[in-house]
Amino acid sequence: MATISDPPERGFRLSQLIFDTRYRSMTIQVVAMVLIGLLLSWLISNTIHNLEALGKDFNFGFLSQPAGYDINQQLIDYNNQMTHGRAALVGILNTLLVAVLGCALATVLGVIAGVLRLSNNWVVSRLTAVYVEGFRNVPLLLWIVLIFALMTESMPSPRDFRGEDGSSMLLGESVAITNRGVYIPNVVFSRSLGGNEIAAPEPEAPAAAATPGTNMAGTYGASRIATGGAGVQTGQNDTAAGSGSASGDGAAGGAEVGEVIPTSSFWDWLLIITVLIAGGIGAKFLGKRAARIQEATGKRPMTLPLQIAAILVPLIVVLVGLGASLDKPELGGFNFDGGVHLRNSLIALWLALSLYTGAFIAEIVRGGILAISNGQTEAAYALGLRPGTTMNLVILPQALRVIIPPLISQFLNLTKNSSLAIAVGYMDVRSTLGGITINQTGRELEGMLLLGLFYLVLSLLISGVMNVYNSSVKLKER
Amino acid sequence: MKKTVTLGALTVAALAAGAAGAATLDDVKARGELKCGVSTGLAGFSAPDANNVWQGFDVAYCRALAAAVLGDPMKVAFTQTTGQTRFTALASGEIDVLARNTTWTFSRDVDLKFEFIGVNYYDGQGFIAPKSLGVASAKELDGATVCIQTGTTTELNLADFFRANNISYEPVPIETNAEAQQQYLAGACDVYTTDASGLAATRATFENPSDHVILPEIISKEPLGPLVRHGDSEWGDIARWTLNALIAAEEYGVTSANIAELSSAPTNNPEINRLLGTEGELGAMLGLDAEWAKRAIMAGGNYGEIFEKNIGEATPIGLSRGLNAQWTEGGLLYSPPFR
Repeated sequence: MATISDPPERGFRLSQLIFDTRYRSMTIQVVAMVLIGLLLSWLISNTIHNLEALGKDFNFGFLSQPAGYDINQQLIDYNNQMTHGRAALVGILNTLLVAVLGCALATVLGVIAGVLRLSNNWVVSRLTAVYVEGFRNVPLLLWIVLIFALMTESMPSPRDFRGEDGSSMLLGESVAITNRGVYIPNVVFSRSLGGNEIAAPEPEAPAAAATPGTNMAGTYGASRIATGGAGVQTGQNDTAAGSGSASGDGAAGGAEVGEVIPTSSFWDWLLIITVLIAGGIGAKFLGKRAARIQEATGKRPMTLPLQIAAILVPLIVVLVGLGASLDKPELGGFNFDGGVHLRNSLIALWLALSLYTGAFIAEIVRGGILAISNGQTEAAYALGLRPGTTMNLVILPQALRVIIPPLISQFLNLTKNSSLAIAVGYMDVRSTLGGITINQTGRELEGMLLLGLFYLVLSLLISGVMNVYNSSVKLKER
Repeated sequence: MKKTVTLGALTVAALAAGAAGAATLDDVKARGELKCGVSTGLAGFSAPDANNVWQGFDVAYCRALAAAVLGDPMKVAFTQTTGQTRFTALASGEIDVLARNTTWTFSRDVDLKFEFIGVNYYDGQGFIAPKSLGVASAKELDGATVCIQTGTTTELNLADFFRANNISYEPVPIETNAEAQQQYLAGACDVYTTDASGLAATRATFENPSDHVILPEIISKEPLGPLVRHGDSEWGDIARWTLNALIAAEEYGVTSANIAELSSAPTNNPEINRLLGTEGELGAMLGLDAEWAKRAIMAGGNYGEIFEKNIGEATPIGLSRGLNAQWTEGGLLYSPPFR
């Protein structure tokens, strides 16, 4: 048992460690430390012992091995010859995407529902109560699966869009809602910063990449493998739609030889976002300047048109400069080509996470508003403010102090709940690193440690950023 | 003091848990039941029937093993595993044997530290597509959406096949066969791919099986077999020779109908005598009694009977023996001799 190594004071006896309140707390803390240390060391040694018993070692070398599996939603370039580490990164980006989208939508839904639940309109407040209670009290997984099932079972197949009497696309033939997801137009640039390809003459179809002697592209003794019942009758005269072979890239689908193929790259979007943020800062500056002049002279100069111009003009200049055009989805062989494919799995996961967490946020917002004394509202009304303005300028800013801390928890919940993605086949980090990679390499411990570390770091980042925001809105006492 | 006792108890518990992998046979006997990992439901291979009793080709193997070791084919606790959870369940000792249409591959055998005890079904990966799609070959699937069960070899084979043929596809990863079936029937994917036996089993459960075709391409070798953990060769031997006993019984013509007669007294075929324990000491070598193989065969019949009853041509699944016929019939089944 550890003892305090201070120079012994006069009359110090060991028994004082237990009976003297000056030292007792220290004793308890030391004992607790030792116990926790023992527990940890036992856990670690037990793990090492059991791994040895199984004959497994502990290393992360598998991350540099080729992954060998494909991922359908890739935000960065990926193919199955790249490493497990790269596959995990693709999964991480997919997790981040759904978490960011989910947090944004959940906040919007939650604030609207929270305010509406306090409405004096009986129907509106009851309806909101039904939404909140319905989503809050049913497990999230059920909502994810339900929304996914609704999308796959009730929407038309891409095949149904074929022909004259098929399903029609929305918004001027540019949006298609199918049972494989929603296809929306994509913005592409003919002068992309990432560089454009020039449409080349159609190359000869490459020969199958199988070298002589490999059976990869061929057929193993198929006649001997039982397939149960009748196989394919070759030479079927079944000329149904869908046997056409689509050209791989939609953008190049209708390009003439020598024409520039419009494309979009990460740099284009970075430039556009930068311009938008700069425009927003400029608009804010204009607003502040107007307020300053109003304070000084009592007259407010024209502001709103200038603010809109500050945001829009640079954006339009950039879009024209890059040569932006819309790339609409078109029906190819089996699916739509071109445009952006928002997969069912992403939409189901995003909506379910947002609606579910939004219900919790609604309650937090309602609590925050109710925490502000009614006198504030009455005082605002006495000054002649309208109810909407009162809510935006008086009540919500004060309520934020109460709302933000529990809101952080909800963001963290949403982010971690996104790991239910595999239920609908969304390839997030749990399904790539924590699923297929672990399965193919048998590195459960390493994979799960990495996964836990990722979620821990992500959660700490989210709460760190939100805490900075919280300290900026909290009540500042002088 | 109290702390030391607690830690001591924890250490003992940990050591006991660590040692659990060492003598599976004793554990199974002490427990009085065999823990067998199966799929979450694949008609004909492993699925619970109307009375919630597990039935199927893979289930029958577990029943035979339980009969050999414990004397009662019903003393099996079935654990449902998905493609992703099966190996962890086996490695952690949650199950004693995994019989779940699992492909024998190098890395699973060597790197994942398992021991495949044989092949109970020679299979290959195929594709199923609706007839209305008008596809006659897997090479016409450029741009198609393909449903796959995640955590399986099919996922990797699919990636290889499309890469080798230089065509693109959109994978839709699915957790279980039932979900994949639902997605496929809803038209969320154009084709579904898994082992040909699984495709046949899945198609048998459709309302109109004839509206769907299994494409001719078989794109991989999939030897499916039961497996156990590394590190307990005695248990591996029992599992291996139980499977071999079922295969050998069919070869020697031992069926559930004539086994009582053949095992009552030594016959003039020494192989049968050694198999059924009327001659020799084979059971004792395994650490079991003399009638172990007799009980295993009586549990569900020999390999051929199990095949016909669960997945054969008379069943809705309707698989022909093909590669899974005895070597004497031109198939690949070949049990080492019992001597």
